[in-house]
Amino acid sequence: MPSYVDPSKCDGCKGGDKTACMYICPNDLMVLEKSEMKAYNQEPDACWECYSCVKICPQGAIFVRGYDDFVPMGGQVHPMRSADSIMWTVKFRNGAIKRFKFPVRTTAEGAANGYVGQTGANLDDECLLLESNLPTPNK
Amino acid sequence: MALPNKPKGELVAVVNPEVVEHDVDVLIVGGGMAACGAAFEIKKWAPADMKIMLVDKASLERSGAVAQGLSAINTYIGENPIESYVKMVRNDLMGVVREDLIYDCGRHVDESVKLFEEWGLPIWKKDADGENLDGAKPAPTLREGGQPVRTGKWQIMINGESYKCIVAEPAATALGSENILERVFIVKMLLDKNKPNQVAGAVGFSTRENKVHVFRCKAALVACGGAVNIFRPRSTGEGKGRAWYPVWNAGSTYTMCAQVGATLTMMENRFTPARFKDGYGPVGAWFLLFKAKVANGLGEFYANGDAAKEELKKFMPYGASPVTPTCLRNHLMINELKEGRGPIYMATDVALNAFLDDRRAAGMDEKNLKKFWKHLESEAWEDFLDMSVGQAGLWAGMNIEPEKVGSEIMPTEPYMLGSHSGCCGIWTSGPNEDWVPDVQNESRSHKYKWGYNRMTTVDGLFTAGDGVGASGHKFSSGSHAEGRIAAKQMVKFCRDNDFKPELKQTAQELADEIYAPVKRYMEFKDASTASDVNPNYCKPAGMMMRLMKATDEYGGGVATYYMTSGKLLNICLDLLRLLREDAELMGAGDLHELMRAWENYHRIWCVETHIRHIEFRKESRYPGFYYRSDFPTCDDENWKCFVNSTFNPETKEWKCEKVEVINIIPTEPWL
Ligand SMILES: Cc1cc2nc3c(=O)[nH]c(=O)nc-3n(C[C@H](O)[C@H](O)[C@H](O)COP(=O)(O)OP(=O)(O)OC[C@H]3O[C@@H](n4cnc5c(N)ncnc54)[C@H](O)[C@@H]3O)c2cc1C
Ligand code: SF4
Ligand code: SF4
Repeated sequence: MPSYVDPSKCDGCKGGDKTACMYICPNDLMVLEKSEMKAYNQEPDACWECYSCVKICPQGAIFVRGYDDFVPMGGQVHPMRSADSIMWTVKFRNGAIKRFKFPVRTTAEGAANGYVGQTGANLDDECLLLESNLPTPNK
Repeated sequence: MALPNKPKGELVAVVNPEVVEHDVDVLIVGGGMAACGAAFEIKKWAPADMKIMLVDKASLERSGAVAQGLSAINTYIGENPIESYVKMVRNDLMGVVREDLIYDCGRHVDESVKLFEEWGLPIWKKDADGENLDGAKPAPTLREGGQPVRTGKWQIMINGESYKCIVAEPAATALGSENILERVFIVKMLLDKNKPNQVAGAVGFSTRENKVHVFRCKAALVACGGAVNIFRPRSTGEGKGRAWYPVWNAGSTYTMCAQVGATLTMMENRFTPARFKDGYGPVGAWFLLFKAKVANGLGEFYANGDAAKEELKKFMPYGASPVTPTCLRNHLMINELKEGRGPIYMATDVALNAFLDDRRAAGMDEKNLKKFWKHLESEAWEDFLDMSVGQAGLWAGMNIEPEKVGSEIMPTEPYMLGSHSGCCGIWTSGPNEDWVPDVQNESRSHKYKWGYNRMTTVDGLFTAGDGVGASGHKFSSGSHAEGRIAAKQMVKFCRDNDFKPELKQTAQELADEIYAPVKRYMEFKDASTASDVNPNYCKPAGMMMRLMKATDEYGGGVATYYMTSGKLLNICLDLLRLLREDAELMGAGDLHELMRAWENYHRIWCVETHIRHIEFRKESRYPGFYYRSDFPTCDDENWKCFVNSTFNPETKEWKCEKVEVINIIPTEPWL
């Protein structure tokens, strides 16, 4: 289900040298065409439809249409992601619509504890940070 | 007319890239679950002046197999004995596993899950009435004794859309963003010039600017995931991207470690999952959470029938266990399909309505029933929306409502991986503790421990997650835990083995090698009027199709219902040898294509090890994943052993050998 960009919405991330969609795509598919300042998916048949680009685009310019080799036309799945939840709209080919909302995170962005500065006890045993008394198998 | 030929991508490659050299103590290659675990943990053990760097071909926030999110954590031991976990994995993988590695993963994994929750991952809980609460509802944490929602014995449910972002954040905080290099694809690991069998660095290139990066290091973790698009997928058009495992993992882990002489193990083990047809959506929650069953085209629930029971008896003791091994479940399904009793349907309608009927029978009124249904429906869709949105898109396009009709399931094309329900990978040391077998042998390829947990047979070279062989079923949580294990050991290795890494080649020589496809393209592009059709070079896209055709037709892909033979495998090996030679003639005009060129090189190498292992093992160990017509049964008497293979970087020769499987956890009762 390759992603595609709506040219009326994409602003090329305001001409920054790093667009959000290029930054995020795990398969290096999104690129910026500099003369028009619009992004596009350069290899639709390598798209995993992971929606990373759709979720991150600040303009909501990226959508997904079903793979043309097996998905009938007309349906669409589209997310709106906020800092703590995601709302999905599933539109069926026959026009029916379902909406689902799920939590995505219980802490503020940036608040995950990296335990910076904390150190482990003994480099020569098998315990990791916060662990002690590791079991061994019962024979 | 498109003349003159020019590169297609937006980021054009130049013939002479800039070369950047880095000196570090520890290099982490990859940025997935295992690498994030390593990045977090290593700072807890490293002395302040130790230089650590992480390199990922994508961006940490959404790279690897968890980029899209997940709806469950498949390994959480909780109330279960770790020994039972080992037994489950052993049975699922038909007896040939490293029990030390599995047990070790089992004793660390829960700690990683508790960290995930603390970092912000919403984990479903049971409330006092036994109802499911989503992960944002107030409830005691796992650490405080909260009860997770179990689907099977080992899985717990999460709201996992942001799973990877949440795990990447503390990894980046711990390491410091200045020590993370994104969008750099590592092409190969490098051995030391003076110390034999010691890793000393790596080389890769940026997919954003014309730069080659050369690293010198004392220890390295290679955790680049499994291998995808190595067999022809069922959809070969646009849908080729909708692989089950993430298309961007190209077997780099196995190839890069093998090339410097690390022993591989169980490369014959592939994973051929049965998934919803075309969309490749997950089936786990449907089986485990919703208790759905599969029916054949005649409407028979064949998996519970007498014929299935008889068939499973052929594969003892594995077939008799209460949970049938994944490959044997596939085997039963493939038998139905071959007999013309397809298609196979997951009876989603029957399952969901059974839940409603249960509630109705228990006296639930219509209003509450409606509420309950909304919740159930939402759980069903979340399973796809969290980790396989494409499947939701397919259902939307087909007007499928799972409560009204079932959906077809189908075995996919094969994948290579070591952390999911497969166990191919690299042979590593287990923990340096008394309970781990101390095998007396000159060669590390036969031993279970040599001082540093998760170190490969090459000094200083570590791996984790999909990289570690013979210990599947780690999944996301176990891969993270394993990355943490390896991290601590790398610090220990650096403390014990101080030396100054030196490379065999100069940085410029390495850069020339990495950019050879660009030079070739630029030199010859005008020898034809069509950029992609040229007698002097081949394009990565064509190479990939050629590779997938060879493995599919000769190596037991979907074309032959996973059937192959010694004769076919040898033809496959010949074709792969030619491919490997021709891979040196790949042409790439832009940075994206240069990455595709090297990915395909990694794919060719890694699938060649797979074919070589199946050829060596004269039996069909995993019926349902692959079959050998010349040795059609699983032969425990002669082949209940590991197959390990080692490439000698000096002589360029491969050695395949049988290695003893040692039981640590009692086998009585079996499971
Ligand atoms: C569809 C699907 C469903 C799954 N479902 C579940 C589930 O429900 N529950 C569960 O617990 N687990 C699940 N898993 C398994 C889980 O995702 C994996 O076990 C885990 O991600 C493996 O971790 P890893 O670090 O080995 O690899 P990955 O997480 O895949 O990371 C690989 C990393 O290497 C990088 N990389 C690759 N090649 C190179 C290179 N040459 N140079 C530099 N970097 C490179 C990638 O960008 C990535 O950062 C699922 C996986 C998939 C694909
Ligand atoms: S992220 Fe959105 S707005 Fe920015 S370049 Fe991509 S498509 Fe355009
Ligand atoms: S959906 Fe995923 S794979 Fe496809 S272009 Fe977007 S980020 Fe890349």
